Amino acid sequence: MNVWIAIAVTAIGCYAVKLIGLLVPEGVLERPLVQRLAALLPVALLAALTAQQTFADGRLLVLDARAAGLAAAAVALLLRAPFLLVVAAAVVVTAGVRAMTG
Amino acid sequence: MAEQTALADMHHADGAKPDRAVVRDALGVGVAVGLSGFAFGVTSAGSGLSLSQTCVLSLLVFTGASQFALVGALAAGGNPFTAAAGAFFLGVRNAFYGLRLSQVLALPRAVRPFAAQWVIDETTVVALAQPTRRAARIGFTVTGLTLYVLWNLTTLLGALGAEAIGDIDAWGLDAAGPAVFLALLAPMLQTTRERAVAGVAVVLGLALLPVLPAGVPVLVAAAAAPVVLWAEGRRKTDERRNDRQSGRRNDRQDDRQDDRQDDRQDREQEAAG
Repeated sequence: MNVWIAIAVTAIGCYAVKLIGLLVPEGVLERPLVQRLAALLPVALLAALTAQQTFADGRLLVLDARAAGLAAAAVALLLRAPFLLVVAAAVVVTAGVRAMTG
Repeated sequence: MAEQTALADMHHADGAKPDRAVVRDALGVGVAVGLSGFAFGVTSAGSGLSLSQTCVLSLLVFTGASQFALVGALAAGGNPFTAAAGAFFLGVRNAFYGLRLSQVLALPRAVRPFAAQWVIDETTVVALAQPTRRAARIGFTVTGLTLYVLWNLTTLLGALGAEAIGDIDAWGLDAAGPAVFLALLAPMLQTTRERAVAGVAVVLGLALLPVLPAGVPVLVAAAAAPVVLWAEGRRKTDERRNDRQSGRRNDRQDDRQDDRQDDRQDREQEAAG
């Protein structure tokens, strides 16, 4: 039951914030500062998420095979590889490093 | 806003992106990320959620980072409200994506409640990368539809296959999430300002992780955006003051021209992707 409560609260909350973003009146968005912020906030959030999902284990910071995988993804991006290849590079290298280091 | 539209029309006139190219890009992102629903299905089932709970999450929450955060917190024994709060905090970024998208897509009011479920990292990135409103709408719709269908399908398969796969970490599937985020982020890092924001956000996100509850550090990291803008503003003010002290004439006018030029460059870069 607890799990269903968590799922319901998350689903409602996440849908609400998506909708709020779309419904904010245009006037608010015409200010240059708001426009700049709205453009930069995704950059900040994605950067923080990338770092956390690569270096976090619960609330601990760790350096493990995921870092090698992310480095491989970065190289693939610099070589302008297609999206699926970028993700595949990260998965394969991470699995490879884990297989080698046991 | 008017200038942005004019810019978009200009692109359209001197060779807009063909619809087919937009669809191809959108499918690329939609398929690649949609397939990573497999990793979520496996993780969720491995965390002890039932098949229906796992599938309902992908159907109704449909924002990957929040879903991963929720099952992680529940597996770690968090109470349902703390777990949901962490997932919710991660989902708040979609509100900011919606701010941008409502300008770019200019959807009719009646459509917005339906489009809202698709307002996520990937659809935003694809839509914002397009030179025209038409291309942005196509990109948003194709990415949203492909991703929604595939994400839910692969969630189901992953949950069903969780037992057969065993340890998902051994397969490197936990690296799919950050790789997806990096691929989405990379095209946004075009100016020094954007790189500075990303750098500050990484430092904040990692430094605060051990001390704040799950999900909160990412929200605090969002402060990197106003902080960098504020620092930029300060630097400009300082330069202006120095110029005045060195006795340059008409410096204020020059600065104002510089500012306008900066703004125009920003807008062009944004429009270009």
